[in-house]
Amino acid sequence: MSETLSITMTVNGRRRTVDVEVHHTLLDVLRDDLQLTGTKECCLVGECGACTVMLNGRTVDSCLVLAVEADGGEITTVEGLSQGGDLSALQRAFLEKGAVQCGFCTPGQLISAHALLKENPHPSVPEIQEALAGNLCRCACYEQLTDAVLAAAEEQGK
Amino acid sequence: MRGFSYERPARLAEAVALLQEKGPEASVLAGGTDLIIRLRDGTLTPAVVVDIKRVEELRPGIREERDRLVIGATTVMTDIAAHPLVRRQFSALAEAAAVVGAVQIRNRATLAGNLCNASPAADTAPPLLVYGAELVIEGPGGTRRLSLDDFFVRSGVTTLQRGELVTAVELPMRKRRMGSVHLRRTRRRGHDLASVTLCCGVDAAGVTRLAYGSVGRRPLLRQDETGVLADREAREASRSALLEQMFAQASPSQKSMRAGPDYRLAMLRVLGWRALQTAIDRLKQG
Amino acid sequence: MRVEQVGTSPARVGGIDRVTGHQKYVADLRMPGLLHAKLVTLPCARARLRAIDTRAALGAPGVRLVLSASDLPLPMPRFGPQWEDRPVLAVDETKYHGEPVAIVAAETKELAEQAARLVRVDYEELPPVFTLPGALAPDAPLVQDPSLRPGDPLANTNVLREHRVEWGDWSKVTAEAVVENTYTFPMVTHFAIEPHAFMAAPDGDGIAVWSSIQHPNWLQKVLSKILDLPLSKVRVYAPDPGGAFGGKQHAKLEPIVAFAALRAGRPVRLVLSLEQTFQAVRRASCEVHVRTGLRRDGRIAFQDVRADYLIGAYADIADRVVGKGSYPAAGPYNVPVVRIRARSILSHTTPSTAFRGFGNPQVNWAVESNLDEGARQLGLDRLEIRLRNLAHKGDAFIPFDTPADGDWAQSVRKAAQLIGWSKSLPPHRGRGIAVGIKSGPTTGLSYSVVRLLADGSVVVFAGTSDMGQGARTVLAQIAAHELGAPLDWVAVVMGDTAIVPYDQQTSASRSTVLMGNSVLHACRSIQAQLKAMAARLHKVSEAEVEVEEGRVRLPGRELPVVEVLKAGLGAMGGELIGVGEMRKDADPKHPLRGAPAFFEFNCTAVEAEVDEDTGDVTIVKHVTVSDVGKSLNPLQVTMQDEGAAIQGLGHTLMEHYIYDERGRIRNLGAIDYRIPTSMDLPLELHSEAVENLDGPGPYGSKGMSEGALLCVAAAVGAAVSEATGVVIRDLPLTPERVWRALRDRR
Repeated sequence: MSETLSITMTVNGRRRTVDVEVHHTLLDVLRDDLQLTGTKECCLVGECGACTVMLNGRTVDSCLVLAVEADGGEITTVEGLSQGGDLSALQRAFLEKGAVQCGFCTPGQLISAHALLKENPHPSVPEIQEALAGNLCRCACYEQLTDAVLAAAEEQGK
Repeated sequence: MRGFSYERPARLAEAVALLQEKGPEASVLAGGTDLIIRLRDGTLTPAVVVDIKRVEELRPGIREERDRLVIGATTVMTDIAAHPLVRRQFSALAEAAAVVGAVQIRNRATLAGNLCNASPAADTAPPLLVYGAELVIEGPGGTRRLSLDDFFVRSGVTTLQRGELVTAVELPMRKRRMGSVHLRRTRRRGHDLASVTLCCGVDAAGVTRLAYGSVGRRPLLRQDETGVLADREAREASRSALLEQMFAQASPSQKSMRAGPDYRLAMLRVLGWRALQTAIDRLKQG
Repeated sequence: MRVEQVGTSPARVGGIDRVTGHQKYVADLRMPGLLHAKLVTLPCARARLRAIDTRAALGAPGVRLVLSASDLPLPMPRFGPQWEDRPVLAVDETKYHGEPVAIVAAETKELAEQAARLVRVDYEELPPVFTLPGALAPDAPLVQDPSLRPGDPLANTNVLREHRVEWGDWSKVTAEAVVENTYTFPMVTHFAIEPHAFMAAPDGDGIAVWSSIQHPNWLQKVLSKILDLPLSKVRVYAPDPGGAFGGKQHAKLEPIVAFAALRAGRPVRLVLSLEQTFQAVRRASCEVHVRTGLRRDGRIAFQDVRADYLIGAYADIADRVVGKGSYPAAGPYNVPVVRIRARSILSHTTPSTAFRGFGNPQVNWAVESNLDEGARQLGLDRLEIRLRNLAHKGDAFIPFDTPADGDWAQSVRKAAQLIGWSKSLPPHRGRGIAVGIKSGPTTGLSYSVVRLLADGSVVVFAGTSDMGQGARTVLAQIAAHELGAPLDWVAVVMGDTAIVPYDQQTSASRSTVLMGNSVLHACRSIQAQLKAMAARLHKVSEAEVEVEEGRVRLPGRELPVVEVLKAGLGAMGGELIGVGEMRKDADPKHPLRGAPAFFEFNCTAVEAEVDEDTGDVTIVKHVTVSDVGKSLNPLQVTMQDEGAAIQGLGHTLMEHYIYDERGRIRNLGAIDYRIPTSMDLPLELHSEAVENLDGPGPYGSKGMSEGALLCVAAAVGAAVSEATGVVIRDLPLTPERVWRALRDRR
């Protein structure tokens, strides 16, 4: 019983129409159908945040969203964060402040940080920690992640 | 994940008719933060998944209607935790909504979904019980209202009938001021399921309401109308005894991985006492 | 052109791909014709396999291959870094919850998953041993077939090996205080955010394998033997692992995936679920009995340590962990009389393997905690007792081993100062201070090739695995520094056994020292060639030329390397090639077959507050000081130390496997296995590096990255003891366990 539906989403600014199986998640479709492998698969229970994307302006665990739920929606993945081939202030700050070790949680962290700064351009340290709490980092770069978000906030503020 | 067919009704009547027709073969999809996990691990194998997020009458939102705060079924935790009216009048609900998972979960998890899943550990249940929440339910027979306390049966089971759907959660705006707080016990400071989740509210007439979850099959609501609990000057022994009575029906799981039963019962008392103090303080502060 | 100096913190080399989403981990690679694999496992810890019926699975849609033991060569090929005990697929018996019984390969992940459910396994559940008492009981079932250890007197027990280290004269021992206690360390898992992933494809008459493996060359050897192929026909690609921490060092499922690919004639990929990774790798739990003798003035008179490590069903590298981790159990102290007996004990559980700290954290928890107990009994300050006993640089504190190689007291004093050791504390707060050492690599072999291209840019070939620790950056910095290239003109090629020369392994924090020196030597070779070139061009003797740090010095002038290079290569262009070899040969007389190239030394000091009503432990301040020789990249050193410190808080405060009465893991997955999130950090975390340029690595560096995890538990435990007056000897210190310990004392 594999029902399929044609859905249209705007992904990183581009309109994409895909025939998806209704039981496939947004994570499945991004990675397997659209070849956007920047978003990662890990716990599949909405705990680790490796699959975090922005859906209609909010961060979500894409492993817990059916692709069909995103029909008509607007999605940003890590691939959509650089602007015209240039790294964003946030991406640069991540590199400069050492907020990247193995890099596997990095896409999810970037999306969460990106969403935070859009809503709260000058977050405090506790606010950053709370906003990124749903993104596990086993390398435990947490201090550097906070530094990176602070640095990006400062640069964007100028 | 096994396959299913996917329905996306646009009107409430359609959704109700679908649920009536399919009965146990249908699962309602709101936030999905619980359902998708169960679909994936196979503990739920519906033939049809009914996505209610496009139902016109169920658009998310929080509004004041006469003397009630009405929270739409598809309203997510993030919006509940941030809403100024919720934070002002029903602050413990805002506190609870703010700790359901992490940001990504709160952006999807709905209040109605949290209640319909009927997990004994649902964090929003204790504040809603304390605030006297009522559910608005739409079904094949029309609309009915139900006190939340009459909604929970046991883990995963509610009194929702075939074809019925929770369309809103209503909170009566209180005539008497109340100080309230939500507290919980977890295994770490980061997001976690609660081992004990509790809300205490004390009002200007000295009535104390205390609701708690994760120590039994369903969240429980207790009330003290003697005024003794709310009275800091009353004898501690009397207050302790009254508080103890409130916990008499707590029956924590013997086999839970999250916390042992003795710890849960002890924490119930610790949190109960702390919540009582805080509720009284907040009532005084106004 | 700007010359990048070592000792600065340039942005991570290879970092751009990680922040743009273009980094390709094994699960991200595209491969035409790829088949997706799923494992078939049983829901029990131990079972006798009676029959496996794969017919329904084979007939399922999209399925191209199903393999079980009967489809593999007879006798079942076995592999393992210490004993070749692990079967490619379970045969006759499964020995741990999650051991693979069959593999299904299909056109999609879903079809493979559906087909895996159709494989019918007729099995009989057998009673497992999954605790120390269970495994050591006289009538305990044997985990391992005794014939795998012929002639071994322990072969008819579950004791795989017993390690004994002793020195000093017991007859001359005097101690005014003797403290004797038993401590336990929990079973925990690596929980790298990238689940293990393996891919294999036929490659001409050989095979290509992709794995998130820390030791590509070692894997190549294993596969070459199992598949009966020459090394040259086994190509291992090792994309950067998404976190490893030791859990991706040795072959696990590559062999079965390789067989599947060769049988199917198509590429096959297996990606584990997070739950399956918990079943695949873990750290050994341990019970440590310590008897410490102390003089009245705090000098340690003797240490008698008995450590029983519960390892898994197959040895993997677990016994090495036990031997290497336990032999320094007496600590970085001068202790005249020592007896250490450590045992690796088999059980029907996930095979334990290397995990940051390599057996040291377990004994450190016990021995450091016991020293604190001794100090309390004697009324001595816990900082002073450590300073009194700490080995000085050059002391042969372990008689047969590398002498103390750092001014360790410096780190201790620094940590004590940063934590404010002598300041008074408010109620419910306590402080702890602990030290840890870990031996670096005892043998090693790292080759590298460096190419200085015609425009002055550089390519470095190094087989190290960059799993987040930043090896790629440090190696690039060395080459940039020596050859005068800007850092972003240096490319580093790793992870391909067909192109990159041999590197034994990435472990034991060795790569800065071993591979770093190898790259340095390759650069020296190029520098020698540049010297000859300059002498020829400028008609001077080589003795008059010096090439150093990107500059060529001649009589009367100094030129950048690139200028000499361009002139020297001439119109035809070309390049200069240097080969580096860094070898540390085995010493058969040493109990570990070699003395370590260096020690990692760390001092951790913690201030904690305990809520006695709930058992919550809040780390108010966490200070970690490591003796690193030289920070080639200070930011990366900080990242490693702080990362290790936080990871150490995991097993200290919240991580542990929970088993049911049938030996099955209950808390598989992320919901009930808790690791630290951004909300679980110390309120203040402070790391510092002591740099005395006294390491064997380039520019005086030592290896680092495990040190800051070693003694976290002991420091926190001591702080909790001081705060509450209660000593807890079992980890983790979850709120419930702390609460229970406090309740039980009343």
